[in-house]
Amino acid sequence: MNNGPLVFLAAFFALSASWFGFVLTPQIQIGRQQQETNIVNTAEMYPQLRPGIAHQGMEVYRANNCAACHSQQVGQTGVVVDLVLTETGTNLTAVDAVLKKMDAGANVAGLVSGLPKTILSGATMDAADTLAKAFKKAGAKAETRLVSVGPDMARGWGLRRTVAADYLYDYPVMLGSLRVGPDLANIGLRSPDANTHLNHLYAPRSVVSGSAMPSYRFLFETRKISGTPSPDALQLPKEFTPAAGFEIVPKPEARQLVAYLLSLHSDTPLYEAPMSAPVAPKPIAVAK
Amino acid sequence: MNPTSCSTSSGCESVSTGEIDASCRLPLLVLFGHAAFWLLVSSAFGFLASLKFHAPNLLSGCECLSYGRVHAVATMAFTYGFAIQAGLGVGLWIIASLGQNLVSQPVGIAFGGKVWNFGVLLGVVGILAGSTTGFDYLEMPRYSAVLLFIASIVIGSGLVKTLHQRRERSLSPSQWFLIAALFWFPWIFSTARLMLVLHPVRGVMQPVIAWWFAANLNLVWLALVGLAATFYFIPKLMNKPLHSRPLALFTFWTLILFGSWTGIPSSAPLPAWMPALSAIAAVLTILPQIALGLNVLHTKQGARTEEQSKTVAAFIVFGLGMFQLSGMMRVAAALPGVSTITDFTWFTVAQSQLNTYGFFAMTMFGAIYYILPRVTGIEWPCAKSVRAHFWLAAFGIILIAAPLAIGGVFQGIKLANPQIAFVDLTKATLPFLRVSTTGELLIAAGHLLFAMNLTVMVVRLAKAKFIPAFAAATVEMKTAGVKS
Repeated sequence: MNNGPLVFLAAFFALSASWFGFVLTPQIQIGRQQQETNIVNTAEMYPQLRPGIAHQGMEVYRANNCAACHSQQVGQTGVVVDLVLTETGTNLTAVDAVLKKMDAGANVAGLVSGLPKTILSGATMDAADTLAKAFKKAGAKAETRLVSVGPDMARGWGLRRTVAADYLYDYPVMLGSLRVGPDLANIGLRSPDANTHLNHLYAPRSVVSGSAMPSYRFLFETRKISGTPSPDALQLPKEFTPAAGFEIVPKPEARQLVAYLLSLHSDTPLYEAPMSAPVAPKPIAVAK
Repeated sequence: MNPTSCSTSSGCESVSTGEIDASCRLPLLVLFGHAAFWLLVSSAFGFLASLKFHAPNLLSGCECLSYGRVHAVATMAFTYGFAIQAGLGVGLWIIASLGQNLVSQPVGIAFGGKVWNFGVLLGVVGILAGSTTGFDYLEMPRYSAVLLFIASIVIGSGLVKTLHQRRERSLSPSQWFLIAALFWFPWIFSTARLMLVLHPVRGVMQPVIAWWFAANLNLVWLALVGLAATFYFIPKLMNKPLHSRPLALFTFWTLILFGSWTGIPSSAPLPAWMPALSAIAAVLTILPQIALGLNVLHTKQGARTEEQSKTVAAFIVFGLGMFQLSGMMRVAAALPGVSTITDFTWFTVAQSQLNTYGFFAMTMFGAIYYILPRVTGIEWPCAKSVRAHFWLAAFGIILIAAPLAIGGVFQGIKLANPQIAFVDLTKATLPFLRVSTTGELLIAAGHLLFAMNLTVMVVRLAKAKFIPAFAAATVEMKTAGVKS
């Protein structure tokens, strides 16, 4: 290769191949993704835009580069099926027979009062289906529920894996690549209280003892109490309270950030990431 | 045919090595001088970021010094301030000395260097002020990226022109790597900036492009420039020709073919073909490494390094070793069983540090220590501190990467076990992070030695070249005044 243009062409070929592969092709495949009604069992559109204040909070999240320590993507290793008995029907003997077949010690009498009751958990689809059919034949009603499993799910970080559609309206999409802190893809779901978040941002160790997160004091204002204390002031545990006569009041940025955190929940069942959960529309929580 | 082209034997006007080196002086002093400055900035911010793992409340009242911003500044100052800038300088010198011709537009390149540094400065200030874009390795805000792009075109065109006017027409492996690098950067940078900042794409396409850019910058661009230096210096320092050109060609091809497809983590919320393809490419990057290793081992066989270039050789060989090590870590982390453990952990940070610092920065240090005395005509003021820099940097990077890699594996194993509470897992990882702070301190000390040595050299150069010229000019003026 003694010819400059030839070397250039080789490099050009290599880079354009990768450009077509990882820039153009994905752009055609997922870059034009639209809001869709592909939610299981409903006609609601997904995803919805975040409310304005949460959108402002995303800017605070970006400016402080929170993604350096927090990921916003969860995975699952697989799906298992739970079978839930919702109604026994009238033919209790037949239901009892089905139960006995599965587990000799089971007894329908104990079930009638405690419905709905999980009969089978962590099973395969086939096993659950067979049993569900048997129940149906006996006149009972049983529901199969899809449950995502994996370390992330077991930690309570999500109900299903996150997929491309979850991020459709975000800019910038900050997936993060390091878990110095916990994953935040569903933080709004597992910690829905705005005040806890405000306390945690001001003094992380007041909420999680032993946390390694830096305090974000600059999102708050330490004010002298004049007259009646502000209703917005943080209610902190003793060792974190400011000097007597002072109170900690969140700045608008802190509220915006918390609104963003509360808006993080990817818990809508989708065809590409099915799961079973009530699909009632979730009220958007806003910091006080 | 190009009128300037002629092979060395065809009797066109020859240019001495001294003249070639002198023509590099201005651009190289601008590029290397600023690179040393950004190195100091980056290690100061890196150290501060690392301190936050000892005292999480440190400087927590100061908005612009929050961990995320400090960390981003350290990365940006290192990547754009030091790595790319030093790489362009070393590339320029290699192109000029292999082509045996004078640098074309030295003032233009120096000017481009100034614009580049202004861009980096604006970018760093912007990140501290909270204007980061939110994409890894692209954190610089829009206004600074425009300057960086213009500067890269100005500097790049100077390099291309120098390459084009070369007297020695046959191309050596170093030049292939540099030609590819010269057009790689503007392409990936403009694509990423256009599709992420100026005209943003939707949803997860953003991280896809950011990952594509980061892999093409960190794996491909840095390897292209770093290996260009390796392929130049290894034969030179060993006083032997390169063992095999075909093997070097194989390294070149496989690196640009497979390296450019890596970077998409297996956990990404994307259609499955993308992470899968990326993992296959990452595993295949073992090929350029094997070819490179064989080539260097055969070249080194029976060769002896001269006493005065031992330290330079130490830098280059250490860098090569770290290239292999970080490459093996990348291949390991791409394997399906391993990636579930190493994803989201400090192991990935250790791998990338070994690549950017252990390999690239060390290679650049060696090259700069070799190049600058030839270009300025002044020896390094303190040879001992050059050696000290090597040991500080070598131990420093090992002290950074080893705890992070080991701690990262433990972190990953614990992350996969939901029985272990997340807080306990973080607490168990902290000691590893704290050990790596020592490493940050060591490399920072090394950078200080490097910057001091460079400063004294520049002062001496000024004394040797400019003061006599100034004195001569003033004497002339005085005599002129007396006469009138």
